[in-house]
Amino acid sequence: MSSAEGTSASAILSASRISKSFGEIPVLFSIDFDIKPGEVHAIIGENGAGKSTLIKILSGFEQPTSGSISYDGKVVTLPPNGGAEAMGIVLIHQELNLAEHLTVADSIFLGRELKKFGFLDVAEMRRRAAEVMQTLHVNVDPDARINTLSVADKQMVEIAKAISRDARVLVMDEPTAVLSVGETQTLFEQIRRLTARGVAVIFISHKLDEIMELARRVTVLRDGQLIATVGTEALTPDSIAQMMVGRELSNLYPPKHEPDVDAPLVLSVHNLVAKGVKDVSFDLRKGEILGFAGLIGSGRTAVAEAIVGLSHRDSGAIEVEGQPANFTQVAQSVDAGLAYMTKDRKGKGLLLNMGLRPNLTLLTLKKHLKGGFLDPSSEEKALERAVRRFDIRARDATVAVGRLSGGNQQKLMLGKTMETEPDIIIMDEPTRGIDVGTKQQIYHIIAALAAEGKSIIVISSEMQEVIGLSHRVVVMREGRLAGVLEGAEITEGEIMRYAAGIKQSGHNDRISA
Amino acid sequence: MTASAPETAGKPARGFRIDLKTAGPLLALALLVLLGITLNENFFTYNNLTNVLARSSFIGIIAIGATFVITAGGLDLSVGSMAAVIAGVMIMVMNWLIPSLGIGWSVVLAGMLAGILLGGVAGVFNGMMITRGRIEAFIVTLGTMGIFRSLVTFLANGGTLSLNFQVADVYRPVYYDGLLGVPYPIIVFAVVAIAGEIVMRRTTFGRHCAAIGSNEQVARYSSINVDNVRLLTYILQGVLVGVAVLLYVPRLGSASSTTGVLWELEAIAGVIIGGTMLKGGHGRVWGTVVGVVILGLIGNILNLQSLISPYLNGAFQGVIIILAVLLQRGRRNG
Repeated sequence: MSSAEGTSASAILSASRISKSFGEIPVLFSIDFDIKPGEVHAIIGENGAGKSTLIKILSGFEQPTSGSISYDGKVVTLPPNGGAEAMGIVLIHQELNLAEHLTVADSIFLGRELKKFGFLDVAEMRRRAAEVMQTLHVNVDPDARINTLSVADKQMVEIAKAISRDARVLVMDEPTAVLSVGETQTLFEQIRRLTARGVAVIFISHKLDEIMELARRVTVLRDGQLIATVGTEALTPDSIAQMMVGRELSNLYPPKHEPDVDAPLVLSVHNLVAKGVKDVSFDLRKGEILGFAGLIGSGRTAVAEAIVGLSHRDSGAIEVEGQPANFTQVAQSVDAGLAYMTKDRKGKGLLLNMGLRPNLTLLTLKKHLKGGFLDPSSEEKALERAVRRFDIRARDATVAVGRLSGGNQQKLMLGKTMETEPDIIIMDEPTRGIDVGTKQQIYHIIAALAAEGKSIIVISSEMQEVIGLSHRVVVMREGRLAGVLEGAEITEGEIMRYAAGIKQSGHNDRISA
Repeated sequence: MTASAPETAGKPARGFRIDLKTAGPLLALALLVLLGITLNENFFTYNNLTNVLARSSFIGIIAIGATFVITAGGLDLSVGSMAAVIAGVMIMVMNWLIPSLGIGWSVVLAGMLAGILLGGVAGVFNGMMITRGRIEAFIVTLGTMGIFRSLVTFLANGGTLSLNFQVADVYRPVYYDGLLGVPYPIIVFAVVAIAGEIVMRRTTFGRHCAAIGSNEQVARYSSINVDNVRLLTYILQGVLVGVAVLLYVPRLGSASSTTGVLWELEAIAGVIIGGTMLKGGHGRVWGTVVGVVILGLIGNILNLQSLISPYLNGAFQGVIIILAVLLQRGRRNG
């Protein structure tokens, strides 16, 4: 057990009996937490469990209501607003905090620029930036502009920034949420390199397998309470999940009801070619849940956006309910009963500064017209229905949607999509970044919709989700359809083989079967 | 996430803040009126107030158009110059039509029609350059601001375009007369304001404007035709500039290169004081009306008292604008 080690090495950063309330509302109850040099300590819990608040307290962005923080064995009050960075505690936010138009070198030295005779010493900053990037084994040009980098590289720049500040404690809020499998591995190597140098890493993740792989200890939070801090070797993904939700998760996925073999085709795509999509053909039956698996960037979203008319289609034919469909605008696909739910709920799905009602009805304002004018009471009724149906929890309907938890945002977006009463729904990453409890709810909603006779395409990078939900699975690779799996073929290994290009299905007729 | 906790923590405090948020401009207006009453007994007279409102109505009507443009995340800097060029062309059209139509209402109506049409065309031009040409609104309208200003100078040959005196006599009542003692400009301002408020709150167009200003991508993914809605806001702006000008021309009966100078800034200022966010996403037409009236009253009150030089009018307006934005931001943090 790691507790044995725990007593030998002393903690670099520790929190003792930390509580936090916002106004009247308590969010953390007497939490103990510590991390030792060279250790990776994961924090896990459902959305709203208090993870973000805890790491904000550990990095000085919030002050605890009671309890104390010790750093290097001394009780300290961490300075607010990132002031703790100077002490060696660096928080890397989930939404990376980089100025898009600066160069890599500018970003690394932002706020503590090197100067010579009062002017910026550009050459020295560039040289040192290159040096840091090299120690991290990252191949990024110090003169590259941030907005030309991939998300993974931006994250590396953030890490480089932290390293150049001699960070001793690195706190990362869901660093892997936006990374592909390969990028995640690179990040992990990086973290291992840092811990080998004695840096302590605290990180939040929703992905249990990652935590098992990387962390030495795991702290599980639930509803603001400390449930346990345990060494990972004593854990299984199942036992962590159980601690998180406090209940058995055996029925995470609802039972599958296969659609009839002779169920009519509701969507047929023939030889679709668009930006990032090369010659894709597939069919969707009534009542079917069709999974779309593949690596990030394999063209799954591009297929969906080309079908509904969000992006330009170069060639290929699409039939909806047997009728040729040529959507050039989203409105046309919505009218035809085909709805697409984006994976980017904050950037493309919801108006974060507005309340629940205008968000819910934005796609379907036409339904709420009375004599040419919008009828707020009709919108209000729609909201009441959606809140009931999708269990959307908000303290009141006027609260800005940006302040809801990720799970509630996702449910609201699902409600918004379902307001169009679609027969075919394409859901892109329907459970990205939300907690297990809400995931389970969404899975049951998806299954219920299919049982009602709706046809659903689920695009997901979580393989378990695709496997647990889908009747058939399409695997995409580099813009092409690599294979279609059915029944017992739907396994993690098989999907991975197609996704990684080890296996390829050459016959188009088999695919569109 | 847990970050939502502080928002909802103190319910009573929050309710109070929302009241202040919506009532802020109204409160400022009430304070100004009180100040005016204490400073000069002539302030709170029917004549003085209708005079202030009638003068404010041009800017007010333009500012209502600007509320839509700004709410949808755009900006139109060209409205002042556009007003000048429309005034000039209206006068030329009317003078030119006198031989064929004779002196009378038909000439005036033809002039009005020309003014509104020209406003619409100018709006189409701005809107097309912005939505189809994909040029930033600031740059397009900065360009057309210069173009329109120089056009009116050219048309007036560096001097003044004057309306034929007899036609001006026919046209005069449109500014100076009214219905039941309320001047026509105020009536038109009120009608445009009420219609604007309804359009903003209760039509799909209004909702779409707010959605686009809030997040263009979300709007696009929500099957809103972003380009068309944007284009429409600029056309609406142009037409409303036309409406404002057809009330303005009978006031002086002339147009020159100094007509409508800085109107764009006054209009934008009115919009911002009224609580519409400059970066878009949230618009209040009634707020704009209050904002424009506040600007008008400041000038009026300064003219009616003797302690402070009325030449400081612009300074006071500037302070009010900055205060309004400071208050808006204070609310967001609080």
